[in-house]
Amino acid sequence: MTIINDPVVTAPPAGPLVEEDRAAHRFRVHRSTMTSREIYAMELEKVFGCSWLYVGHESEIRNKGDFVRRPVGNRQIFMVRGRSGQVNVFHNSCTHRGAMVCRQDRGTSKVFSCFYHAWSFNTDGELVGVPGRDAYGDGLDFSKLGLRPVARVESYRGFVFLSYDPDIIGLEEYLADAKEYLDLVIDATEDAEIISGTNEYAINANWKLLAENSIDGYHAVSTHDTYFKYLGALGTDLKGGVTGTAKALGNGHAVLEYAAPWGRPVAKWEPLFGEASREEIGRLRADLVEKHGDERASRMADTNRNLLIYPNLVINDIMAITVRTFMPQSPDRMEVTAWELAPREELPQLRQRRLDSFLTFLGPGGFATPDDIEALESCQQGFHSLGPEYNDISRGMAREPQANDEEQMRAFWRRWHHQMMGDA
Amino acid sequence: MNTPAVDSPTQAPAVGPRVADLASVTRGDVEEFLYTEAELLDDWDLDTWLTMYTDDCRYVIPCNDTPEGDPARDLVLIDDDALRLRCRVERLNSRRAHREYPHSATSHQVTNVRVRPAEGDELPVVAEFVVWRFRGERSTAYSGRYHYRLRAVDGLLKIASKRCTLRMGSLRQVSDVAIVL
Ligand code: FES
Ligand SMILES: [Fe+2]
Repeated sequence: MTIINDPVVTAPPAGPLVEEDRAAHRFRVHRSTMTSREIYAMELEKVFGCSWLYVGHESEIRNKGDFVRRPVGNRQIFMVRGRSGQVNVFHNSCTHRGAMVCRQDRGTSKVFSCFYHAWSFNTDGELVGVPGRDAYGDGLDFSKLGLRPVARVESYRGFVFLSYDPDIIGLEEYLADAKEYLDLVIDATEDAEIISGTNEYAINANWKLLAENSIDGYHAVSTHDTYFKYLGALGTDLKGGVTGTAKALGNGHAVLEYAAPWGRPVAKWEPLFGEASREEIGRLRADLVEKHGDERASRMADTNRNLLIYPNLVINDIMAITVRTFMPQSPDRMEVTAWELAPREELPQLRQRRLDSFLTFLGPGGFATPDDIEALESCQQGFHSLGPEYNDISRGMAREPQANDEEQMRAFWRRWHHQMMGDA
Repeated sequence: MNTPAVDSPTQAPAVGPRVADLASVTRGDVEEFLYTEAELLDDWDLDTWLTMYTDDCRYVIPCNDTPEGDPARDLVLIDDDALRLRCRVERLNSRRAHREYPHSATSHQVTNVRVRPAEGDELPVVAEFVVWRFRGERSTAYSGRYHYRLRAVDGLLKIASKRCTLRMGSLRQVSDVAIVL
């Protein structure tokens, strides 16, 4: 199912892949970063092998023995709630001869038995069963043949990350200023959970294009016209438009923060939500003010955030909250997985609004995401024209960056370049 | 594109077989009705297609990993009532639904049609589907099961609800659900 047969790819340039000239307000990225197999292979090692990567949310494995299986950074892993309640993440490969020991996407289990020769492991990874153990001599230490945990696992307020790099800095330090934005989302949602129903789709485009797109305010008006028409048809007043700022948050993370015309289940009412929910949203808001003070509460309630946690986690805290990761499959294909985060206890009509917003805007069956997919695939195909060699990412360099500028993408690219050059 | 018929069902052109009442509906009637829907979708005559739906209709596609998903509680891929369905058609009829402009060529193939015993004024119908989608050099296929609830309205069958449960484990191969299944 390739779009392009044997694509001719742009060779990496003699000079740097990412070029910045602050004095001239110019920032450009060589297109081989999106098409070259060598660069792709390097990325798996230097970016995905050396960053903190999102695995999943703790609410997905609430009870002991609950597990989810998913590839992270192109490696098969699974996350399981261990016997003392801690979160374990293992490489999904039997220590005997390699088979995957966890063969379901999710479930609950006390043991993971490898079907091949029936070695079995408990939820802490210990090898607890070997058929015909007496066939082995004394030299083999079975206690050393437990499942291999990934090098590092840390959780920040329910968001579980792993790193394949044992020497990486701690997660909180890595999150840098993104922590504050994550806190805003989490504090506003309180007891949050990933609700059931996963969006699993793919885009025939380089993964970095989705990192850019997820924090790109510039494309909204032109690309998502039909979505805004839909909101208008429902009675949302779109006159106010979108105003806000874009910020680099350190370590490649970035955020757009903006006021927008739509309502937010936490906690900005609009007519679309219906009179019945007005009181409830008012109450949510009063709650936030009491707990967090006026200023922070208003940020939580009124402003939207598109947060990119480098390299491949996006949290859109807009009319609903997405948690979205994307994994590269090749230079021109990525697999996207998106979940919806919501407060556990939520009034049914607010949950309904949140679900509606998610699926109409953020979901692959909605009125916007398919057009993003089209845009990204269109870029990827355009790269193969081999005309222009560089993408221009200079927007807003000569002013205080706004939400429809590109400072947030430059932050991503600077970090990416830094890591790829090996001095990260 | 003018006012869709969900607003004014009386002006709907008669599509599908005439039926006296639910009790007299045969599998042949239902098949003809479903094939008519498939043809309208493949012809991209979405305005006429809308007239096959009742004013209180529902069109739902659950996520691949939660086939039993309840749109009131779980995330689903599509959950349209009549208004949102009309907006979907408006979008797809415009040139600004970039993912479907130009349109894909589609082939809706409906098979294994089973008519269940009527429940009140609704007739449950189950069928298998494969929807081929061709765009650019790419061909993909959606496959799964349709669950319909049909009603007889003024001598015509109408769709009160259509639920498409996808059989594919994920959308990875097809990217999205930008077309109507
Ligand atoms: S590979 Fe797992 S038991 Fe042999
Ligand atoms: Fe977009």
